[in-house]
Amino acid sequence: MKHLMLTAMADINESLRSRWFLIYTLIFGGIVVALFITGLTESRVMGFTGLSRTLVTYLQITMAILPVFVLLTTVRSVAGDREAGIFEYMLSLPVGLAAWYWGKIIGRFTVVFLPVFLAMMLAVVWAAIKGAEIPWGQVLFYTLMLLVLAWCFLGIGMLISSLARSADVAQGAAFLTWLVLLLFLDLILLGVMIQNGSSAETVVLIALLNPLQVFRTGAMMLFDPQLVLLGPSAWVILDTFGHAGYLVYSVVYPILVGTLCAWIGYYFFKRGDLP
Amino acid sequence: MIKINKVSKSFRKNRVLDGIELEIERGDRIALVGSNGAGKTTLIRCLLGEYVHEGEILMDGVKPRTQRREVLKKIGFVPQIPPPLKMPVMQLIHFAAGVCDSDPEKMYQVSDKLGLDARQFKHQPFVKLSGGQKQKLLISIALGRDSEFLIMDEPAANLDPEARHNFFSLLASKQKDTAMIISSHRLDEVAALVNRVVELDQGKIVLNDHVADQIDMDSILQCEVKLTRAEAAFAGTVREWGFETSDNGLTWKGPVAGPDRLRFLGVLSRYAGLLKGIQMQEQGRDNQAAQSHDKKRKEAVS
Repeated sequence: MKHLMLTAMADINESLRSRWFLIYTLIFGGIVVALFITGLTESRVMGFTGLSRTLVTYLQITMAILPVFVLLTTVRSVAGDREAGIFEYMLSLPVGLAAWYWGKIIGRFTVVFLPVFLAMMLAVVWAAIKGAEIPWGQVLFYTLMLLVLAWCFLGIGMLISSLARSADVAQGAAFLTWLVLLLFLDLILLGVMIQNGSSAETVVLIALLNPLQVFRTGAMMLFDPQLVLLGPSAWVILDTFGHAGYLVYSVVYPILVGTLCAWIGYYFFKRGDLP
Repeated sequence: MIKINKVSKSFRKNRVLDGIELEIERGDRIALVGSNGAGKTTLIRCLLGEYVHEGEILMDGVKPRTQRREVLKKIGFVPQIPPPLKMPVMQLIHFAAGVCDSDPEKMYQVSDKLGLDARQFKHQPFVKLSGGQKQKLLISIALGRDSEFLIMDEPAANLDPEARHNFFSLLASKQKDTAMIISSHRLDEVAALVNRVVELDQGKIVLNDHVADQIDMDSILQCEVKLTRAEAAFAGTVREWGFETSDNGLTWKGPVAGPDRLRFLGVLSRYAGLLKGIQMQEQGRDNQAAQSHDKKRKEAVS
């Protein structure tokens, strides 16, 4: 446990000094500030006012940025460290491979999740100062969703880092993964549906295997319980899961994907050449 | 202590190590030499449990790959190229001491002996240190812990002569209970430090021999170099070795660490045309014997 914490702390400190972390923090802090400046907390669109509206917008933007940021910085950092000879030296010290790998994940998860979380808290504090009503249930669930989204893509990033032998390959694979998941949100899915005349259940199943879509639908469900915005797919989802069931699924599934990917990554990391 | 049994390693179709068999005992100081691509670094990484390989490596009966912590606790490692770590010096020392269950104070003490005040740079990122400072710090971490086996890849390449002498003294204090592998692509760089030479070529051991072990690693040679004329370039070079002159650059006197004698003579060879005389005498050696030898030499010359 001591080695795990030492590795996690070393990774946190290393990340805090990195330029990517500064940019990452500025982006998420900047998004919230931009939402305040553009007056979204004051607006009334589709019945959402105050903090709800800000959080919904923040979550939609986060969904687009967070995964690619987590993927790229993770693979760049882990595969880059290996390529630069950092693994050769650090793993010559008597630190267990499990402590090293999972310590890195814990450290990285902390630095990836904290800025996103703090930006969200900034929105809550701002709303409180403005005297707006704070939907605590929504805030907590959104926080949980951001947490699982970060964990999911961190796990995928660690898997890619373990498999790729160079930083460039890892970065390319990470970008491709993100692109495929992003395309399967709507464009390709609709194309497949139209061209092949697939059953709605099949297409929805594909969508529900995509952690990005799961996150998106879960976030949508909090302010649109009947998933009106989603169209006919909503019937399949609500019939299969029910409202509460889908919310649980949208939290549990990305955690499972992230954890499974991280475990597979660990398996390959442990079995292969370390530097 | 260490048994390497038919170890082979390939990267795709490229066989980098081919059936290496070697036994290393405590007290062995091995120069691992070979040209670039001979397999030195790969063998070192196998010893550190960083590469999966064919064959078997046992350190006191334990495999470095499967029982990493148990084995690596006994190994101090100095890489040839310092890793580009952004973590500050103090954090690196405390991390290394933490995972090695060692006292960071011992690492600071070694760095002091090498002429690096690590506390002065404690908040500075490791990567921002100079090449020599990085090397000193990595040596401090390797020697400041209770290691029984030292693996060093060109460890003294970036050190100044004084730091080299102190480094050799530190090695001397560990030589009885510790096995050492000192890797270099040039034997003359490490010849005076070792009592055994293992040469690799295309992944195979082509030489495994014990060598004369008469040089005291802790010794100092008092040297006097006389020149036919003063030369600024020569002055600059020997000043780096701590030499001083009392007659406007015609005679230079200074100390040379015992294991560095070959290296020093290599430096002098660049100025062979200027040399009028060289005298090297080990401090603490029987002066009478030295004087008698000088007398015989003078008689022979006359």
